[in-house]
Amino acid sequence: MMSSSQKRAEYRSLFKQNVRGRLVVNKITMGIILSSVIVALVPLGSILIEVFKNGLGALSVQFLTQIPGAIGTGDGGIGPAIQGTVIIIGMASFMGIPIGVMSGVFMSEFGDNRFGRTVRFFNDVFMEFPSIVIGIFAFLTIVLLLGHFSLWAGAFALSLIMFPIVARTTEESLKLVPLTYREAGLALGLRQWVVTFRIVLSAAKNGMLTGILLAVGRISGETAPLIMTVLGSSQFFGGFDSPMDALPLRIWRLSLLPYDSAKMQGWGAAVVLIIIILSINIGIRYYFSTKNSSKSKFLYKIIGGRKL
Amino acid sequence: MDLQENSPEKQKIDNRNYKMIAENVSVYYGGVQTVKNITMKFKERSVTSLIGPSGCGKTTFLRCLNRMHDMTKNARVEGKILLDGEDLYSKDVDPIYHRRKVGMVFQKPNPFPTMSIYDNVSAGLRLNGVRDKKILDEIVEDSLRMAYLWDEVKSNLKKPAMELSGGQQQRVCIARALAIQPEVLLMDEPASALDPIATQKIEETILELAKEFTVIIVTHNMQQAVRVSDYTGFMYLGDLIEFNETKKIFTQPQNELTAKYVQGQFG
Repeated sequence: MMSSSQKRAEYRSLFKQNVRGRLVVNKITMGIILSSVIVALVPLGSILIEVFKNGLGALSVQFLTQIPGAIGTGDGGIGPAIQGTVIIIGMASFMGIPIGVMSGVFMSEFGDNRFGRTVRFFNDVFMEFPSIVIGIFAFLTIVLLLGHFSLWAGAFALSLIMFPIVARTTEESLKLVPLTYREAGLALGLRQWVVTFRIVLSAAKNGMLTGILLAVGRISGETAPLIMTVLGSSQFFGGFDSPMDALPLRIWRLSLLPYDSAKMQGWGAAVVLIIIILSINIGIRYYFSTKNSSKSKFLYKIIGGRKL
Repeated sequence: MDLQENSPEKQKIDNRNYKMIAENVSVYYGGVQTVKNITMKFKERSVTSLIGPSGCGKTTFLRCLNRMHDMTKNARVEGKILLDGEDLYSKDVDPIYHRRKVGMVFQKPNPFPTMSIYDNVSAGLRLNGVRDKKILDEIVEDSLRMAYLWDEVKSNLKKPAMELSGGQQQRVCIARALAIQPEVLLMDEPASALDPIATQKIEETILELAKEFTVIIVTHNMQQAVRVSDYTGFMYLGDLIEFNETKKIFTQPQNELTAKYVQGQFG
């Protein structure tokens, strides 16, 4: 029988001896990772460059504030579409986010049973629904019920797209909060719902925010459900009960026209839409991060890093 | 408890009422019984230590005393836990009111991650409906002083609790537990993350607290048990092997296992 030090020496000799080979493997792996990042960034970059190159020329105060002019003249602007997009995103968020957050809380905190698993399954299925189907659903319910196209119907359709995304990401972020914080809360004699809403939700804030922004980003660009619900319009806001324009709709319509001036306006509208989505992202992240860490820098805040 | 010496100090301890009584408590995880039919009585204004090797069920038993197992899936608790004569596990008792009387300090520091030191310590009060800023300030200072953290953080109460060192975080947790003015304090190895000086301070706190409260502490550190506790229970593989005055457990243990354990022969 070998002595234990002999044994250990033998175990060590089993380790891979070829350190140089490992360095090579390390470099290759790094290379693959970096090139994957670049491959992923190329389409993003080229889309942004293309949109801004073609669209920046269309931007002007008149373009941003006026109603569309006569077709083919290149006159007028996309004022109603900007207004409509902001209003629809706002309405859909007001409907979709609370329901999504509540569903997420339910799935994470109380969903460890057959009913919870069923809800989770249907939530996942719902998340994958083609948006046109949701548009048709909103058309068959709200539009036919009211008898005409309206902002209500559009916001309803978009909130249906939003809430499964918000629910799932809320659930995932809540699950990352260690059990020990819940226990500490309960040990203080707090009710379960107080622990959930005042302690667990606040610990999961960053993850939930990412989910909400993802959902906002997703609905900002939806076109198909809007065709079936708000229809489009060339007038400014005329009540929640009437049709409305939105940027994706306007981009779609402009891109179908055979005139160069219309195409340019379409690119311009795309630039505006991208800027709106970016501003919502940066604004919300900045707002929520200022509340807790006053020291961190602006960029640090919007990237969303907050060390625990 | 048989009394051989009749010193006045012992008489004084012995005349106290029982604050908390655990009767035939068993805990099952899945199908496995991890705490076996334990009966223990805890006197008011006393410190009781639970000692025993890792995995013997000390923490599991401690967590029964404020129904922490409610959150754990597959855990089942049998038996009675009486606090001032009321069974914590009876169907018509709301555990919330008991937990407000029973503070708990966990093994690992767990300050609420998004809250400042002040907010952490006052959390139990604020979230239970105390709004008066003056009272909150007063209790926060008082609790931090009792946890021996006040001097280190008094100028910086708005700092996130997560930015403190591990030992300071644990003392925030102790202050947080004290702030709800508990009558019983459960501590699960509260000093395992602390340096010797902080440990000593915490032990002083425990002795101070025992003048008013019932303290039950799980510890791996036998010297600590000797230093702080009036009574000591030795647990092994889910059984309570011996439960007696601390001095007796360490000087004249009745059971052979206890004797071996306190002499450091296993564990």
